[in-house]
Amino acid sequence: MSLFEVKNITVAFGGVKALNDVSFGVDKGEIFTIIGPNGAGKSTLFNVISRIYEASKGEIYFENQNISKTKPHNISKLGIARTFQNLELFENATVLQNLLLGRHIYKKTNILSEVFFTPSARKQEHEYRLKVEEVIDFLDLQHYRDTLINGLPYGVRKNVELARALCTDPKLLLLDEPSSGLTNEETIDLGFWIKDIQSLLGITIIMIEHDMSFVNKVSDRILALNYGKILASGLPEEIKNNADVKQAYMGE
Amino acid sequence: MRFIFKTKYSQDINIAKHNGDRFWYSLLILIMAALPLVLDDFYLGEISYICILSIAGIGLMILSGYTGLASLGHAAFLGVGAYTHAFLLTNGIPFYASIPIVIVVSFLVGAAIGIPILRLTGMYLAIATLALGFIAEHVFIKWEHFTGGNRGLPVPQPEFLGMSFFDSVFFYYVCLVFLIAAMFAAINILRSPTGRAFVAIRDSEIAAQSLGVNLGLYKALSFAISGAFTGLAGALLAHYIGYLAPDIFNIFLSLTLLLLIVVGGMGSLHGTVFGAIFVGFLPQLIAICRDYLPSSIGSQPGLEPMLFGLILVFFILYEPLGIYGRWMKIKLFFELFPTYKRQTFKKQKVFTKSDRV
Repeated sequence: MSLFEVKNITVAFGGVKALNDVSFGVDKGEIFTIIGPNGAGKSTLFNVISRIYEASKGEIYFENQNISKTKPHNISKLGIARTFQNLELFENATVLQNLLLGRHIYKKTNILSEVFFTPSARKQEHEYRLKVEEVIDFLDLQHYRDTLINGLPYGVRKNVELARALCTDPKLLLLDEPSSGLTNEETIDLGFWIKDIQSLLGITIIMIEHDMSFVNKVSDRILALNYGKILASGLPEEIKNNADVKQAYMGE
Repeated sequence: MRFIFKTKYSQDINIAKHNGDRFWYSLLILIMAALPLVLDDFYLGEISYICILSIAGIGLMILSGYTGLASLGHAAFLGVGAYTHAFLLTNGIPFYASIPIVIVVSFLVGAAIGIPILRLTGMYLAIATLALGFIAEHVFIKWEHFTGGNRGLPVPQPEFLGMSFFDSVFFYYVCLVFLIAAMFAAINILRSPTGRAFVAIRDSEIAAQSLGVNLGLYKALSFAISGAFTGLAGALLAHYIGYLAPDIFNIFLSLTLLLLIVVGGMGSLHGTVFGAIFVGFLPQLIAICRDYLPSSIGSQPGLEPMLFGLILVFFILYEPLGIYGRWMKIKLFFELFPTYKRQTFKKQKVFTKSDRV
């Protein structure tokens, strides 16, 4: 049984079907990459999973639990974290505050204990910070703790967003174009980190990506989408040689 | 320049970040406590009023400056606080019991209004809160049993700790203590998960949601907390005014509060105090200026609101971070002297944020 399963998902915006009867499953511990040309429905798929969009048809299962009707803010409590294609960081806050927000789902204090900042509130802050520091060490963000997001270069911002997702202690991580806008060196680093997230932290990853050499290097399995439909799915080697995928990308 | 060597996580959690903070803020409190020795009743009354405005400013700042939700009708909460307090005192409830009830009532009113109204965003939210202000004013007029309607409602000035609220020194201390308490409460909220969730909602709702922040709940909570602070300020304002009439809580008071937080500096608690000082002394300043202006201008009735509007526009255009922002720039200038660069505070390049998430 797969950790995560999408069953016959269809998303229609008026007459346009952004996703048409898409089904696939992701096993625990896998790095699963979704590729496809612009408008193929990749980001729509992510937004359906994180419940920003409503699916017109179909179900999504996570750990054998149907999450197609779960409230958007409860998705992260189940253990699904995500990053965004065009950064959605809290710009006027420091890196540390951004990462601490990643611990929000573990909040135990109520408003009264916060107003008086009781010892339990202080203890909770310490616990949050311990986890955040682990992630900071993991992703080499030590230099930026107290910097406002506003003042950071793009590559670091991407990194902070990944870190924020990791702070939620997810079981499944959704990465929306993690390498876009990164320099070569940063992309290479990112490849190592993604491998480490898989092997050291044991987190399953679903990733949308365009950089094919990067995709081939890190992915265990690939799914190719076009016009909301599945073109092909399989091992990186198979996808590379698939005639339909070549057709969609190169127009051969 | 000061470098803080951090060896404990507590250093990031504590309110005072270093001994300089501790020294200057203690000194400030001492000076404030000693003011009655040098100032006469008139100025003490003015400063009490500034304290009250600051508390209301904290309320609006949490909502607008930290959660990013506009409110053009916050005078309604001042009214709720003031009338509730006056009503309770009239019915023989002592001061120390009345204040907590006022806070709870304004909190609940804030929540009750916030839950439906916060489904709106941006311009529509501003219009809805504007309407809220007008509706509240009419409720204060019509609900005569509770508010006395247009006849007004005298505020009883009971004894508290054996002192009378007519004593301006005593009233000054009451306001000061409440301001300090409100400040600590606000700082505590903002350094806890709830405060961070507010900031998250302000900067990116979609990311906040994906991190498990319940948008509806936290927006309503922000409105309620904001209402509670403003209600408390309203209760003190009732004592300050002494006689409540519905037209005190009009749109002009709401706009004064808005001017307060914009001039003070959006998104900073220091800003509420700076803004309150500015807004509190502005009418006096205008009154003094009237004497020196030619009578054709000086005696115009609409001078005050016009200047308020003008100042608001100038601040939004030329100093969006308000007085607090200017203060930060001056501080940095001396910290970095002589290498200060104007560009430090230039608005940074904003990386494209498409509406496609």
